[in-house]
Amino acid sequence: MTMEQKTYEVGAHPDLEPPITTVGVIGWVRANLVSTPFNAILTIVSLYLIYISVVPFIEWAFIDAIWEGSSDAVCRNENGGPKPVACWVYIDVWFKFIMYGRYPVEELWRINLAYIIALAAAVPLFIPGFKYKHWIGVFLLFVYPVIAYFLFVGDSFGLPQVETPLWGGMFLTLVIAISGIVASLPIGIVLALGRRSDMPIVKAICIGFIEFWRGIPLITVLFMSSVMFPLFMPEGMNFDKLIRALIGVMLFSSAYMAEVVRGGLQAIPKGQYEAAQSLGLSYWKMMGLIILPQALKLVIPGIVNTFIGLFKDTTLVLIIGLFDLLGAVQATFTNPKWGGFHTTGYVFAAFVFWVFCFSMSRYSQHLEKKLHTGH
Amino acid sequence: MSETALQSQTEMTVSNDAIIQMINVHKWFGQFHVLKDINLTVNKGERIVICGPSGSGKSTLIRCLNRLEEHQKGQIIIEGTELTGDLKHVEQIRREVGMVFQHFNLFPHLTVLENLALAPIWVRKMPRAESEELAMKYLTRVKIPEQAAKYPGQLSGGQQQRVAIARSLCMNPKVMLFDEPTSALDPEMISEVLDVMVNLAESGMTMICVTHEMGFARKIANQVIFMDEGEIIEVNDPENFFNNPQSDRTKLFLSQILAH
Ligand SMILES: Nc1ncnc2c1ncn2[C@@H]1O[C@H](COP(=O)(O)OP(=O)(O)OP(=O)(O)O)[C@@H](O)[C@H]1O
Ligand SMILES: [Mg+2]
Repeated sequence: MTMEQKTYEVGAHPDLEPPITTVGVIGWVRANLVSTPFNAILTIVSLYLIYISVVPFIEWAFIDAIWEGSSDAVCRNENGGPKPVACWVYIDVWFKFIMYGRYPVEELWRINLAYIIALAAAVPLFIPGFKYKHWIGVFLLFVYPVIAYFLFVGDSFGLPQVETPLWGGMFLTLVIAISGIVASLPIGIVLALGRRSDMPIVKAICIGFIEFWRGIPLITVLFMSSVMFPLFMPEGMNFDKLIRALIGVMLFSSAYMAEVVRGGLQAIPKGQYEAAQSLGLSYWKMMGLIILPQALKLVIPGIVNTFIGLFKDTTLVLIIGLFDLLGAVQATFTNPKWGGFHTTGYVFAAFVFWVFCFSMSRYSQHLEKKLHTGH
Repeated sequence: MSETALQSQTEMTVSNDAIIQMINVHKWFGQFHVLKDINLTVNKGERIVICGPSGSGKSTLIRCLNRLEEHQKGQIIIEGTELTGDLKHVEQIRREVGMVFQHFNLFPHLTVLENLALAPIWVRKMPRAESEELAMKYLTRVKIPEQAAKYPGQLSGGQQQRVAIARSLCMNPKVMLFDEPTSALDPEMISEVLDVMVNLAESGMTMICVTHEMGFARKIANQVIFMDEGEIIEVNDPENFFNNPQSDRTKLFLSQILAH
């Protein structure tokens, strides 16, 4: 092979194409998959592992799965046992129950309406450059919960009351998770600020609160809210089990959030406080305009992590007799006709949880990118 | 206000133009006596340069003037208001006293324009449009109006420091404090910041600068103050300070700093 070695005048060197083996598909494969013999082996082993796990799952969930029918019979063998494939008919039959629990069918429009309002309000938040985002934020945080409360509970505006024991399924999961998420951020911020306060009493109260709630498992919180709490209440005064659980979840997640936020506050250099103070900003303006926006941005991954954890932890309300998404799925197993389709049920529940959690994760990455200002 | 405060205030009002008065000010960090019996009067339009060896308390002194540090003894009176623990007074004084830091301390999550307009909007309660107009005016004055939409992280050090100066000026302060505004900058950026400061001095701003830029001191200072170990050792006009220093410690310091 003859190497063509051109020489150029100093200062007149043209831009040349990069060597073919470093760009394009060949370059990528070389650099990433087979750069060393060890890497090549790893690549082969990984491909094999993907093959033996993904292919059977696709067969189970899609290719061999049973999609059509209206009774359990289509999913059963001659001897009555369930076929070893996904039975989506089962999900189809129980869909309403898994989504809404025992909420009366003729009242489901109320939940759907609330979903639609939330989605319609949230869509503009994703439009870049939309001007009235803060008003939508105010609406979603302060007005929407009131609307949702009256829609869900009823007993006014001519809507019949729906007792909370009838609430269930994904609807209940969303109610608990979103209440926890919405409450935990502001309460957590206040606790985090309090923990860093110069006032010893405020500081002590905040530390005590945070360490108490962080130190006990959520299960215990839920048990206490449903079993022990009524013992301390005066006779005849008994408020809703769901509300008690909600308060428990809110306080619990606030304590976690407080520590996440505190991490962010600690990362803000002293100079930011000093610059804000030297301009004459008061404590709350300094925090609200300078410190918190930076601190919260730093801990977006931690905040979303807490949200995701909370979302999945809602499944624990099962033990105090509330039927969230997973609880509703499990409740269907006790139906004698539909026994034996556990795998399908659990895979479906897992999928729904995954969709929500993955969306939150993606949204947080989007936010991080959007808020990055090059420092 | 205590009786002694009233007394000393009447004593000191001899010079009616005094913007800043420090009377027998002492400060400790724990056991460490960092400021010792500081007396200083700054009149309207005066430009003071403070220099001295590292750790001598220069930063601490000027940080006491807007209460980023708290003094434990003596009085600091700014525009007739004494600095005490009273937050109302502190915030009122901070509105009138601008400060520029060694490390700029711009707000990285806000654009340059937002950095400038923030305090006028939230502290002076100025309408947004008016604040932004003001911000542009000062950005033009520090010669970087074209950077208004950028974030601080996208600017050079010299540009950032000029933004920081403009940010303080937007509050229309009566006094500007500078704490080594050029010592974190690469040499080629120092002059662009000093130019802005000279310009500011020529416009009649009252300034207190901690700096080792002796050329700058010669050019604009009315008085140069030399500090060592928490004390003001020498106060002199620049001509005499550099050519005919009184104290041996000043001579030693000057020989060190002018050696290179
Ligand atoms: N927050 C603090 N706590 C304890 N000691 C401090 C604190 N800040 C400063 N000091 C000490 O006080 C002394 C004076 O510090 P100061 O920053 O005022 O010095 P300086 O003259 O500005 O020095 P430099 O030229 O290095 O900036 C130093 O010995 C320093 O270690
Ligand atoms: Mg200093």
